[in-house]
Amino acid sequence: MSHSSMWGSISGIIRRDLLLAMRRWSDAAMSLFFLVIVVSLFPLGVGPEPAVLRTIAPGVLWVAALLTCLLSLARVFTPDYLDGVLEQMVLVPQPLSLLVLGKVLAHWVISGFPVVLLSPLLGLQFGLEGEALGVLVLSLLLGTPTLSMIGAIGAALVLGVRGSGLLVALLVLPLYVPVLIFGAGAVTSSVAGIGGEANLSLLGACLVLSLFLAPWATAAALRIALE
Amino acid sequence: MQWGSASEFFAMGGYGLYVWTSFIATALCMIWEVLALWRRRVAARAEQRAALLGGTDETAA
Amino acid sequence: MFYPLAGRLIPWFAAVAVLLMIVGLYMGFFVAPTDFQQGESYRIIFVHVPAAWMSMFLYVVMAIWAGVGMGLNARLSFMMAQAIAPTGAMFTFLALLTGAMWGKPTWGAWWVWDARLTSELILLFQYAGVMLLRTSIDDARRADRSSAVFALVGVVNVPIIYYSVQWWNTLHQGASVSMATGSKMAATMLMAMLIMTIAFWLYSIAVILARVRCVMVERESLPTWDEKPAAMSEAVEAR
Repeated sequence: MSHSSMWGSISGIIRRDLLLAMRRWSDAAMSLFFLVIVVSLFPLGVGPEPAVLRTIAPGVLWVAALLTCLLSLARVFTPDYLDGVLEQMVLVPQPLSLLVLGKVLAHWVISGFPVVLLSPLLGLQFGLEGEALGVLVLSLLLGTPTLSMIGAIGAALVLGVRGSGLLVALLVLPLYVPVLIFGAGAVTSSVAGIGGEANLSLLGACLVLSLFLAPWATAAALRIALE
Repeated sequence: MQWGSASEFFAMGGYGLYVWTSFIATALCMIWEVLALWRRRVAARAEQRAALLGGTDETAA
Repeated sequence: MFYPLAGRLIPWFAAVAVLLMIVGLYMGFFVAPTDFQQGESYRIIFVHVPAAWMSMFLYVVMAIWAGVGMGLNARLSFMMAQAIAPTGAMFTFLALLTGAMWGKPTWGAWWVWDARLTSELILLFQYAGVMLLRTSIDDARRADRSSAVFALVGVVNVPIIYYSVQWWNTLHQGASVSMATGSKMAATMLMAMLIMTIAFWLYSIAVILARVRCVMVERESLPTWDEKPAAMSEAVEAR
């Protein structure tokens, strides 16, 4: 199988999904609104004291980003599943894991990347500044694609199952824990003056690992779901 | 044997609550599991018997 | 073939398990001395450590059966994985409960976020995920294979969680407490703990074999009426 057709099929999928998403831009907007609301709940629950907010900021922002990603998983495969397009994808000669990789990356561009872009503003709301803000953005940039890749496994497993919303959360959240630890840890280290490099490199490693392994598991799960 | 008396044994040096809760919880879980499996076995075999008998009646006719 | 064999093995495993538990408990309470640092509260390890070890062994064994099932497409393998999950979840729950019971008098807190307890907690969620996937999916074949995929993904996750939480604890140096026993253990303590672990292992085998037999009956995975009518009625009469 030629290199060009491989790349051609991935880019084809990405292009198609991005086009579709631009027609449904409200999906991306919903993710952002959810993120902002959830983030705003914490000061309301905990109190507006700046020192406290600065301490909890990395964790709160990261957990909110994580939950936003989790909720967006409902849209990664379901629309195509309902339209019958997913069944076609499984039958195509190109390796399903590559198609999945393209699909999930497109999904991240729509649902995850906006989170990364909005994060500095939310960080400022919590009193994060300078280097910490940069580390926050970088950690989310590395982390949210990983979350999308891992989450896709869960989304594929529960395709078409009733009550799948809660079930996918239960399946995927344990898998999200390491990414959360490294992501929030990077920002916390930066705030503490230690520097976020160690955590960021671990995040990078998680991303690379997920790019290689997750599509394969997701493809297996899709085949099982579509049999 | 290192316990002076039965009450010393139950007190466990003041930690009785923690020690006995742990052991009793473990025992209860195991007993519950075995009982639940027993009930499950009885139910499964009853259903199997019913299905078998239902089948034989039909074919006998 | 498996069904009657399993049926004959169960009483043996059960009997030896009970015997070893009696021996282990006797050693744990009447032979092992009082701990110098922790007093009598340390005796909880005689159930806590075996339960924790079982929770992890059983998850790995379940994942192996899941992998074998996916590889060989063998229903019995999937049924074994199905039978293991509840027992594994039970031991995970007990590990957490007894861990809290041990932690409170020893370190003053019902819960600490060290790598071991946190990994146990995640393990419990993963067992729950495996079981819930099975109950939520109606088609037996899809349920088998989806649970298998999740079990396999989860088996990779647990060591990752363990190391990432350890890392996290070294970053946040304030409250890092470990559930490990610092002091060296007396030989009798170690022996009693090992005996209890083996006892739990044998108990698990007995219970899991009993459960897989139930699953086989429920899923009508015994020899069919068409193939071997004698075997079917024999299985019905079998104890």
